[in-house]
Amino acid sequence: MSTPVTSSPILKVTSASKRFAGVRALEDVSIELQAGSVHALVGENGAGKSTLIKLITGVYQLDSGSVQLRGEDVAFDSPRSAQRAGIATIYQEVHLAPQLSVARNFFLGREPTRLGSLDLKRMNREAGDALKRYGIVADVKRPLGELGLGIQQMVAIARAVETDASVVIMDEPTSSLEPREVDLLLELVAQLKAKDVAIVYVSHKLDEVFRACDTITVLRDGKLVSTGPTKELTRRQLIARMLGRDAAELDETGRTKLGRREITDGEPLLRAEHLNRRLILEDVSVVVRPGEVVGLAGLLGSGRSETAKAIFGALPLDSGQIEVGGKALTHQTPASRIRERVAMLPEDRKAEGIIPDMSIRDNIGLAALPQLTKGGLVSRKRVDDIVKTFMDRLRIKASGPNQKVSELSGGNQQKVLLARLLCLNPRVLLLDEPTRGIDVGAKAEVQALVAELAEKGMAVVLISSELEEVVEGSDSVVVLRDGAQLGRLVGDDISEDKIMDLIADAASEQIEAEK
Amino acid sequence: MTTLAANIKDRSAVASWTREHGVYIALVLLIAYNAIATPNFVTVDTVQLLFSQVPPVIIVSLGMALVIGTGGVDLSVGSIMAIASAVLAKFVVGGTPIGLAMLYAVAAGLLVGIFNGLVVAFARVQPIVATLGVLVAGRGIALVITGGALVELFVPIFKDIRLGKFLGIPYVMIVAALLAVGVAFLVRRTAFGYRLLAIGGNRRASVLAGLPVRRTLIVVYAISGTLAAVAGVIATARLRASDPSYIGLLMELSAITAVVVGGTSLNGGRVRILGTVTGAILLQLLETTLVSHNAPDSVARMVEAVIIIAAVYVQRPSRSSR
Repeated sequence: MSTPVTSSPILKVTSASKRFAGVRALEDVSIELQAGSVHALVGENGAGKSTLIKLITGVYQLDSGSVQLRGEDVAFDSPRSAQRAGIATIYQEVHLAPQLSVARNFFLGREPTRLGSLDLKRMNREAGDALKRYGIVADVKRPLGELGLGIQQMVAIARAVETDASVVIMDEPTSSLEPREVDLLLELVAQLKAKDVAIVYVSHKLDEVFRACDTITVLRDGKLVSTGPTKELTRRQLIARMLGRDAAELDETGRTKLGRREITDGEPLLRAEHLNRRLILEDVSVVVRPGEVVGLAGLLGSGRSETAKAIFGALPLDSGQIEVGGKALTHQTPASRIRERVAMLPEDRKAEGIIPDMSIRDNIGLAALPQLTKGGLVSRKRVDDIVKTFMDRLRIKASGPNQKVSELSGGNQQKVLLARLLCLNPRVLLLDEPTRGIDVGAKAEVQALVAELAEKGMAVVLISSELEEVVEGSDSVVVLRDGAQLGRLVGDDISEDKIMDLIADAASEQIEAEK
Repeated sequence: MTTLAANIKDRSAVASWTREHGVYIALVLLIAYNAIATPNFVTVDTVQLLFSQVPPVIIVSLGMALVIGTGGVDLSVGSIMAIASAVLAKFVVGGTPIGLAMLYAVAAGLLVGIFNGLVVAFARVQPIVATLGVLVAGRGIALVITGGALVELFVPIFKDIRLGKFLGIPYVMIVAALLAVGVAFLVRRTAFGYRLLAIGGNRRASVLAGLPVRRTLIVVYAISGTLAAVAGVIATARLRASDPSYIGLLMELSAITAVVVGGTSLNGGRVRILGTVTGAILLQLLETTLVSHNAPDSVARMVEAVIIIAAVYVQRPSRSSR
């Protein structure tokens, strides 16, 4: 893994900044891409990875800063013009035509013709040859959609490179691939590198990053945390940077919260055991007693959200038992959980939480409708009462209950969703990133609320990509990686240090095993 | 800077005002135009004629508004009208009392609607595709029921449906108005109405909020099918015959137009019942206007197309809200 630092960068982003409706998505970020080098871009959700990519590829336009390609200023107005300039992007989902044959996809948009009609023979021959050169074995006459996702992904990449791309951006290319397919893909990445292509590799899988990348850039909250050669970075340091702690600072303080309660009394309110789902969860168990907050820690893609969804019935399971209040729940649907007073705050507020066109009032009352309805008719008075109660209690700032929820700030939207859950008078509360993307004041309020609810006897499962939040808010922590449980920390054992050690150790063990 | 921000705000305010009120303005303008340009327009006869013609479109559009409110579309309504008409003819010819025969016709629409709902809810087929099946097959089914021919029906009650009036208002218009009130009540006051808007606004979030998404969808399509069948019965009474290859033809397009022109978003999550009724009246009056000015039917269709495009343009999601 040698980095050709001598040559000038092929693509250079300088002080890129971008805001959306006043919210900072990216601030003053600079990166340089070298030909024949793989550059990893890592960070948690909302770190600014995809914003940066979209600025490079012309999906978004810069607010300030500049992008230079081979030393010249460029400003692409669309992904198409970026593509024409030799910047190809490979997304998680393959953006090709699954019904067409592999060969036709390979030539999509630049098909060779003969006497005005498609020269299928030539397409099949040349596509087959080209794919073979990349070590891809596939029948080029078969529809692309019938092949495995890994092969599809690689056809997309080969296609991108054949169109003379000098920069290839891969946005979590392996997120839906099997381990064997990941190996093939990384081999292909190595070949591209040998062909002097500059590669941006976005992934949250640290093994892949350490295996395939020469340079690692860490983003957090829209800012550049660090950028430098892979070999100068330990796994431990990388995790610390992603999760928001400087490793050095952490080693010194080694902070743990004092006076932590270890809750051992009382029957568990939630008992979710041996949860299994192929490629997503592997034997994960979460047990929560009344009044306890159990944190789920791990990197993005570690299975922390999936665990919450599985408990909530929103993710099908291959096997596992879920008990609430001693009652085994077999029906794997959110509705059946809500009946048992299990409530979940979803990770993605916009896509999975709010109904944007509805008022605050209607958003709050939504999940509790059965309790607020008599003979099919919604009782306006009861809705008004409950909405007022929770708007006051959670201090939701709005012009009134009839304001559209999409007009609120992120923090207030989150409070609306929390109010929706609390209307249900839940026994078990699953909170997935309760403070993501909300301002400091609202964050403190939400954290205090979670502590208060637990004190009143709720069983709480807390997920956060900020390690600090998990450590300070939890009575015990389950650490996850790649959908499997690495360990459980209780009481004074809970520290950011120990959690990161667990994650880092597991990562290096896996590398060892693979070697 | 501030003026720019104010400008943008103004523009989006104008857009949303147009979206909500455009249909009423358009109707007023069209009435004003007719009052000036069409001889003998301002008469009781004109209104009575309009009110006897428009009810089937209104009734079908009410169901369509609910379906579009969930983010779907029901292309099968015209074919369901034909099926209901055929079922009605079959039973009338077979000697069944007319009241019962009408009930069977409406029940047929209910069944087809439930079928649509099941396909949409469980097979994860896009609504446009799921209901396209019935659009195509439905008329064939209706033809099979009637034996492939137009069936003339001589039923005394049809004359009442056609011509009967209460206080000068045609019975059919009263039925349409009552149904509109019923559907508006459903949307605004019942848990079912909440749910359908939530599903149209964000289906994923609705599932996670524990709403019975599938059941709601099935009921919505069942209502749409039932209302289409009611319209089919009225259309049959007006024609005094069951003609499966004519009844309800292109009704899906008129209904979608009425709904969209009335301010209901094609993206789901918002339903405007009064707007839908007004939209249906606007379209009917537009057709009457063009006919009374001797414009050929082809021109009428083109004008309709322009209105649809204009309405959808007004309805488009604004850039900032994406």
